[in-house]
Amino acid sequence: MNKLTEKKPRRFGTITLNISFLSAIMAVCAGLLLGLLVLLCTNASQAFPAFKTILFTPITGGRRQLGQVLYFATPLICTGLSVGFAFKTGLFNIGASGQFTLGAYAAIVTGVYCGFFGGVHWVVCLAFAALAGALWGSIPGLLKAYYNVNEVITSIMLNYTSMYIVNYLIVKTCYNQLKNQSANVLESALIPKFGLNRLFPGSSVGGGIIIAVLAAIAIYVLLEKTTFGYELKAVGLSRDAAKYAGINEKRGIVLSMAISGALSGLGGGLVYLAGAGKNFNVVEVLLMEGMDGISVALLGLSHPIGVLFAGLFFGWITVGGFNMQLYSFAPEIVDVISSTIIYFAACSLMFRGIIESMRGGKKQGAAVATATPAPTAPPDTAPAADSEAKEKGGAL
Amino acid sequence: METFYYLVQQMMFFTVPLLIVALGGMFSERSGIVNVALEGIMIFGAFCSVLFLNFTQDFISGQFQLLLALLVAAASGALISLLHAYASVNMRANQVISGTAINLLAPAFAIYTARIIFGVQQIGFVNTFRIAKVPILGDIPFIGPMFFQKCYITTYLGFIILAISYVVLYKTRFGLRLRACGEHPQAADSVGINVYKMRYAGTIISGILGGIGGLVFIVPVTTQFNASVAGYGFLALAVLIFGNWKPIPILWAALFFGMMKTLSAAYSGIPFLLNLGIPNVVFKVIPYIATLVVLAFTSKNSAAPRAEGVPYDKGQR
Repeated sequence: MNKLTEKKPRRFGTITLNISFLSAIMAVCAGLLLGLLVLLCTNASQAFPAFKTILFTPITGGRRQLGQVLYFATPLICTGLSVGFAFKTGLFNIGASGQFTLGAYAAIVTGVYCGFFGGVHWVVCLAFAALAGALWGSIPGLLKAYYNVNEVITSIMLNYTSMYIVNYLIVKTCYNQLKNQSANVLESALIPKFGLNRLFPGSSVGGGIIIAVLAAIAIYVLLEKTTFGYELKAVGLSRDAAKYAGINEKRGIVLSMAISGALSGLGGGLVYLAGAGKNFNVVEVLLMEGMDGISVALLGLSHPIGVLFAGLFFGWITVGGFNMQLYSFAPEIVDVISSTIIYFAACSLMFRGIIESMRGGKKQGAAVATATPAPTAPPDTAPAADSEAKEKGGAL
Repeated sequence: METFYYLVQQMMFFTVPLLIVALGGMFSERSGIVNVALEGIMIFGAFCSVLFLNFTQDFISGQFQLLLALLVAAASGALISLLHAYASVNMRANQVISGTAINLLAPAFAIYTARIIFGVQQIGFVNTFRIAKVPILGDIPFIGPMFFQKCYITTYLGFIILAISYVVLYKTRFGLRLRACGEHPQAADSVGINVYKMRYAGTIISGILGGIGGLVFIVPVTTQFNASVAGYGFLALAVLIFGNWKPIPILWAALFFGMMKTLSAAYSGIPFLLNLGIPNVVFKVIPYIATLVVLAFTSKNSAAPRAEGVPYDKGQR
């Protein structure tokens, strides 16, 4: 435990953080390069203008496109925070999609029926969205804490469970049969624009982005400035050590998953109450925002502020991808790019090796031996967990 | 009785791909590599082979074309699983993250390529593979209509793969070594087994079977491939866990899950089920909930490979 506060590992940590940062940047570059390569293979003459569109639309397209970046970034920041927070506390929340879905449903159903809340209606809706996400997220937490079941498998199962249940509930409670989607929420349930619609005229951005940024700040404070956050991180580093130090580690795991789920649920609420004309489609497909949260968290190095920028980056290339359709390329190229980025982020060891050899230093050998975010590594693999703990402890 | 035969035939369409893909996942996980990439592998295998069907439908048709397509599916599945193997074995990456990347990459790539080639993301093919009735066997009363009428050769392929998997895993030197690498790679290495090679082998086998499973799932249910296998890869993962990472229990799990899928799909056409008044959604979520319950109650003595998900590092022996 002392390692968290000692001075020496902290310095050690800033070095590894820089390396992680550089390897994240390199993952982005590798993803973009591969995207360019695919474009070149498809249609060489149009590839460069199309690629330029992906990268620079928000700059060249004026304030409307910048507003769109913020709009698309909003749910990604929430799910990214969700996955990132879980990473920080030693859990892999691959179930962000399910929590997001339930949050969306809770927001929609309260948005349709609970108009009697008047002026605070939208706040109540968002609170219910977060609560639904938290409850759904705490299921894998409970199973992990009390039955020692791996949270990855349970969250995957719960993703599909929530998809089927929410589709059923929407049809039963708030259904627009004509369009096969959820009914429109009441006017009072829509999140106020806070003047952003005037700042970014013509775009769909609203108050959601402000709430997402506030959530990022709140998570930063919780993790870095409170005893509670410290305890949760300690449980993540070593469940047994935390227990030995007198922390209720079972409660820690459940609460970590609940907070993580609340963030995803909040994201679901923000999307469907944004007033951008988006309704919940009743189709049997997992919502992508949840899965993209994993990319955002990885790219943002699980740090709340990093996640903020990573979310903006993915929003940025999403907007670019839409506009690139002018050049008769399919916008899915953006998904190709972002999945490549995750793949390279998973292989960050490779980039770390390159950076190491460029620096010529072998000092950080121990820290480099383990890949960046490997929260699933069980604590009984002593050497790996130890060096990982050192690295994380320093980087925190 | 007609309804019953129909249900059994339908059930085979749902069960066999689950069986094949879960067996694939078994090889990978028994070698110590967690494979959540099954969904992506299935999509990629189905995509490449449906593309093959679409391109070749003017020259060849029937069972020969299907067999060639199965080879294409196997090869493409193996190819994409190499990505996972490289990240998991050589890069010692987090295997869940690498698998997730493949799950996102495969549909994106499939939609992108389909839209470039056809302008739309659906790829059509002509289904000339259905066997109305297997000679002789199809005439057996009771069993004939259940298994040998209105069927596909892929159904029998599934059971052949099951038999081979069982023999390979339990009766060959290769199988023993593979299992050793998943349980205790350090010990395996100390007696001269190349852990990296075995893990590559396990992952590639899962790619081959995953790719085949993708095509096997698509062929009976639709003639329009839409860059999706409807979550079957994840369902196969559930089958694998439910079946305790062992071939024969995996068969029972696949049958159970296939039955649930059939009930939810054919629900509205069967008066008996309609009268029960159980909402359709119940059949849809039972497989997932059942997996959760089983996991919760067996976690104390789980049969999961012990070294699963832990990158093997020679230097850490």
